[in-house]
Amino acid sequence: MLATIGGVFAGLLAVPAAQVLKKRLRKTPAPSSYDPSKHKWLMCVDVDKCIGCGLCADACKTENHVPEAKHFFRTWIERYIIKKPAPDSGAVRGEVLVDSPNGGRGGFPPTLVPRDEILKSFFVPKLCNLCEASPCTQVCPVGATFDTPDGAVLVDPTYCIGCGFCIQACPYGCRFLSPVTKTAEKCTLCYHRITRGLLPACVEICPTHARVFGDLKNPVENDPLQAFVEKNKVHTLKPHLGTNPRVLYANLDKEVR
Amino acid sequence: MSMQLTSFLAEVAPHFEGYVYPNESGTHPLWGVLIVLYPYITGLVAGAFIMASLVRVFRVQALEPVYRLSLLTALAFLLCATLPLLCHLGHPERSYQIMITPHLTSPMAIFGFVYAWYLMAVLLLELWFDFREDFVNWGQTEPGFRGFIYRMLTVGVTDVSPKAVALDHKLSWIISIVGIPSAFLLHGYVGFIFGSIKANPWWGNAIMPIIFILSAMVSGIALCVFVYMVLTWLRRRALDLRCLDVMGMYLFYALVIDATVETLDWIHRAYSAEEGFRVMEYMAQQRLFYTLSIGQVLMGTLIPLVTLGTFQVARKYISTAIRTRLYFTCSVLILLGVLAMRWNVVMGGQFFSKSLRGVMSYKLEFAGAEGWFLGLILLSLPFIILTVLIHLFLSQRLPTSGHVPHRLETK
Repeated sequence: MLATIGGVFAGLLAVPAAQVLKKRLRKTPAPSSYDPSKHKWLMCVDVDKCIGCGLCADACKTENHVPEAKHFFRTWIERYIIKKPAPDSGAVRGEVLVDSPNGGRGGFPPTLVPRDEILKSFFVPKLCNLCEASPCTQVCPVGATFDTPDGAVLVDPTYCIGCGFCIQACPYGCRFLSPVTKTAEKCTLCYHRITRGLLPACVEICPTHARVFGDLKNPVENDPLQAFVEKNKVHTLKPHLGTNPRVLYANLDKEVR
Repeated sequence: MSMQLTSFLAEVAPHFEGYVYPNESGTHPLWGVLIVLYPYITGLVAGAFIMASLVRVFRVQALEPVYRLSLLTALAFLLCATLPLLCHLGHPERSYQIMITPHLTSPMAIFGFVYAWYLMAVLLLELWFDFREDFVNWGQTEPGFRGFIYRMLTVGVTDVSPKAVALDHKLSWIISIVGIPSAFLLHGYVGFIFGSIKANPWWGNAIMPIIFILSAMVSGIALCVFVYMVLTWLRRRALDLRCLDVMGMYLFYALVIDATVETLDWIHRAYSAEEGFRVMEYMAQQRLFYTLSIGQVLMGTLIPLVTLGTFQVARKYISTAIRTRLYFTCSVLILLGVLAMRWNVVMGGQFFSKSLRGVMSYKLEFAGAEGWFLGLILLSLPFIILTVLIHLFLSQRLPTSGHVPHRLETK
């Protein structure tokens, strides 16, 4: 009896939830002919290929009209400098310095750390991790943030109440509250572009192909995505949080969070 | 002077140490002083209600003088509980969507229903059943607009026969019993809003709701002590010392449990020393030194704990005058201490980067949506509402039905 009542109740709740998602999907910037259930987007990043030029952060700002200020980014690049360990410290590596001046936009200034003190240094592009179990979607009180069937995590700016809960819940610092719309903003994978057969702006502009993007449901010949996954041992950021990110990194160092 | 102190006193430029994600490097933490007030006010509601329940459900006779005062205090604060949240929203005009199309996996969405349940189904109903007989009587004796208010509040139910009044009190008692878990739910849920954020090691904690409930009880009882003493002094009446001693006793017990659980939480964090503990340790020692070590631990917990503890074992050796002054001091210290605790939770969780590689400082401004002036107004509002409520429903010149809450349900 209780199970029946519970089932009916859950059903009643599920129906409006499904309707809300349908309504949200209609409001995305995708063309009306686009069917999200026929695609599954994936982003891969090869850390070793990133040269820290910052063009991706710049292209993203331009393409998506991201506010100019230095604390609003949908994608950014971090520079990691791992110093040599102090002599007789018994450590394999020394202090780790991380920076991202202006999100890496415009490149990075020369580091002040003397060259002979550096053990290794690398750049890490960051963006929305497209979590399968996205905490930002989970906590949104009105369902303005939603997972699309094709793997993107989007925000409906006409519905978001601007509480900031999703920003707090994102473990990767990928969201911000737009000073213009007063709503949460994040990487959309350039949804207006990918649904029209184009690449996200950051992927399009990357000179070293550090970012690889594709559609798992519609592989092309010599698919770069398949090649990337076959060739590399891939890793995700903060896997212990159980968010199951769908942005895969190759050659990731343990210091990257 | 440390960065934390200067940020209270003067404007300082945004300051970072180490690496913070670019989106975290704005001039303000996302949640400011208003979100500090939200759990604070909600906690005071829950605590004050539990204080009233001690009389009605647990039959603590000595607390009868503060029964109605506690309920009205809970109501005054509950009416203001969502205001800080509303003021903080980017789009407050869309806030009704939380109730109309709630996203059921969101703790914040469910809070709307818990709040509505507590306000409509618990607090207002309990107050109405408790006051109905008086409303009827006052409606007949009071002239003018005031009498009209009382007549309106009866909602047309004017039967004051012993049978009807007994039913009122029976129902009020039942609601009070339902109200205790509801009060726990109300504030436990606020704790869950923070405790559910696994991205933040300062917040993401299974016992966060328990800590919030316990600190709510402490702050609510302290608020009742404070309000009762201020009201009595304003009315130039004598304090009921037995009532005060019993409130002090419950305050002490609640504080012991609260301090124990919070200490246990820190011991667990230190012992397990997980990924984020180093940055949390730094926060506790540096960025939150004044609000955590001095405000919350020393002033808000240890001093009241020792003072109230001394009263439990050596009350008869301490003069009445000193005792009342110290009760008042302890209630103020605890109220400030719990406010500091809310600050430490809300702001502490935002003073370090989720990259766990950097910390930020905060500039508490005077004006603006996240300024302390608006915070002060929002914190004063419940006291203004309470003054009106006391004037209307606890006026000295209005005769009360003289019922004894803790005995009525046995009739």
